[in-house]
Amino acid sequence: MGLLTFYLRRLFAVVKGEVLVLPSRVVVVLFFVTLIAFPVLIDDPYLIRILSLASIFAIFAASWDLLSGFTGQMNFGHALFFVVSAYTAALLNLHFKIPPWGTIPLGGLAAVLAGLVIGIPCLRLRGTYLALTTLAFPIILMGIVFALPDLTGGELGLSGLERLAKSRVLSYYICVVVMITLVGIMWKITDSKTGIIFHAIREDEVAVRASGINTTRYKLLAFCLSGFFAGIAGGLYAHFMRITGPSTLEVGMSFQVVIWAVFGGVVTIWGPVGAVFILFPLLEFFRFWPEIRLLLFAFVILIILLYMPEGLLPWIRDKIENECPRCKIRNMATRKTCRICDAAIH
Amino acid sequence: MLSDIILTTLINGSTYALLAIGFSLIFGVARIVNIAHTAFYMVAAYCIFFATHRLGVNPVTAMLMAVIVIVLLGLICYKLFIEPIREHEAAVLIATIALAMIFQEVMLLIFKGDFRTVPPLVSGYMNLAGVKVGYQQLLTIAAALIILAGVWAFLIKTRLGLAIRSTAQDREVANLMGMNEARVAMLTLAVSVAIAALTGAVVLPLTVLNPHMWMQPLIMMMAVVVLGGLGSLKGSFAGAFILAFSEALIVFLIPKGAFLRESVALSIMILVLLMRPEGLFGIVFEEER
Repeated sequence: MGLLTFYLRRLFAVVKGEVLVLPSRVVVVLFFVTLIAFPVLIDDPYLIRILSLASIFAIFAASWDLLSGFTGQMNFGHALFFVVSAYTAALLNLHFKIPPWGTIPLGGLAAVLAGLVIGIPCLRLRGTYLALTTLAFPIILMGIVFALPDLTGGELGLSGLERLAKSRVLSYYICVVVMITLVGIMWKITDSKTGIIFHAIREDEVAVRASGINTTRYKLLAFCLSGFFAGIAGGLYAHFMRITGPSTLEVGMSFQVVIWAVFGGVVTIWGPVGAVFILFPLLEFFRFWPEIRLLLFAFVILIILLYMPEGLLPWIRDKIENECPRCKIRNMATRKTCRICDAAIH
Repeated sequence: MLSDIILTTLINGSTYALLAIGFSLIFGVARIVNIAHTAFYMVAAYCIFFATHRLGVNPVTAMLMAVIVIVLLGLICYKLFIEPIREHEAAVLIATIALAMIFQEVMLLIFKGDFRTVPPLVSGYMNLAGVKVGYQQLLTIAAALIILAGVWAFLIKTRLGLAIRSTAQDREVANLMGMNEARVAMLTLAVSVAIAALTGAVVLPLTVLNPHMWMQPLIMMMAVVVLGGLGSLKGSFAGAFILAFSEALIVFLIPKGAFLRESVALSIMILVLLMRPEGLFGIVFEEER
């Protein structure tokens, strides 16, 4: 009993001292709590489906940010990882009857292999060359998919996969929990020493090499990590939709993830996640005007980028919080003095 | 068979070359990766379709009108959406993707998703080594080659061409030499979309019009640009014909080749890049820091 009150008091202190002081943290906590509590409060299959898909794509978008945002290796063919894993999961599930909890990680590993296959030739390329070359890989795979209809199902794809879980709500929880865990891991990675090296490679690769760091190895690592997370998303997607088709290989899918990430703000991990949870339901909302749905979507992106070229979420964050000039700790925008060092802000 | 392959290579190759030159011009000068480049080509094709079918204008006038409309459209888009965010490269990228999507959707709204064709300017055909060759195909090849030569002459011989080339080489020094970088960028954009529009006009009678027709050339155009070396005219030219030739070979010689043509062309591009990371004719620049 005493231990319980101790932990409760500890939790209360953490919430008061670390979470409530910054609006962005409050938003993140509220967001997670809402996601967890959502099916309990609202039992709408359509909304639950949208949020599940949004969770899956959030992993996908964040994994793009890990590779392209952090190391600056612009990847225009990110859909490749997604699809390699989706097809692997589908084939394993259909032919070897491996259940989803086995196929999804194996799909992720297949995507890691794909990351190596792409990463090794791409190590010598940089900047725009890299971006345009990576665009080619999903198209090449698409040709292979169409050329081997016996194995891949051709244009129709593979259908009849096992469900992610028995009930809809359980699938939802799997997606959400996996999303929160993986995004947390990615965030931790970017916060670690490896993440700092990724950052540095984007800023100045020559300087990183000069400091005795094998940038080749770290770039390959970024490709593999990103491929793994995107692969998990792909496997989840395959089992959630119960179908894997070549449509996800189209250029549009690779562009979509870039749109999400840049819209939400790159080099943040949380930016792309937030962007998916804004844009994906928004696109569904625009379904009320089916003819002009994509048009509205494109216009929203264009207009927002015009005013917030750094991305929507970092812009909002800078409006509600600012940095202490002395100790670089973030503060609520309403504060006159820093909450840590008491220096005057502006 | 052989003449079929050659004919397809010439038509596709000159299309890709024209598109790739426009794309690498604007990239070289303004560092804008213009995903919407082939969308302009698509809009131009629709403009001509609209002018000839709905307004009843004669085709050649329609082509000129289309070029003017596209240049204006390109400049408006540039001024409104691209220029304010030019220093954020990623944002520019997304903006051009969004623009391409907008063009596609607007065309879908106006013309619906139907596949449409435009009658050839000249009908009839002749026998060339036992193969029927339409006069329209010959006209398209001739026109494309003339445009290519024109672009070449423009870039090499004129003062504006010189300004464009020098800005592409080194923006800061060009600026120091008294070239207004922003104006050169704008003019380059106009030239680049004009080339895209002309390409659309030239190829239009041989292709099927639909609002998604910008995707396939976009990929091939990017492959050409990478293969030939960014910013190299010679490279774009060679890359375009290499890729078009391999595409034609695959389509005509291998059963079910139509599925594989892009795969094989792009694999060739990647193989070349493995050996020469800067493309066939690209120049290795000192790394920008």
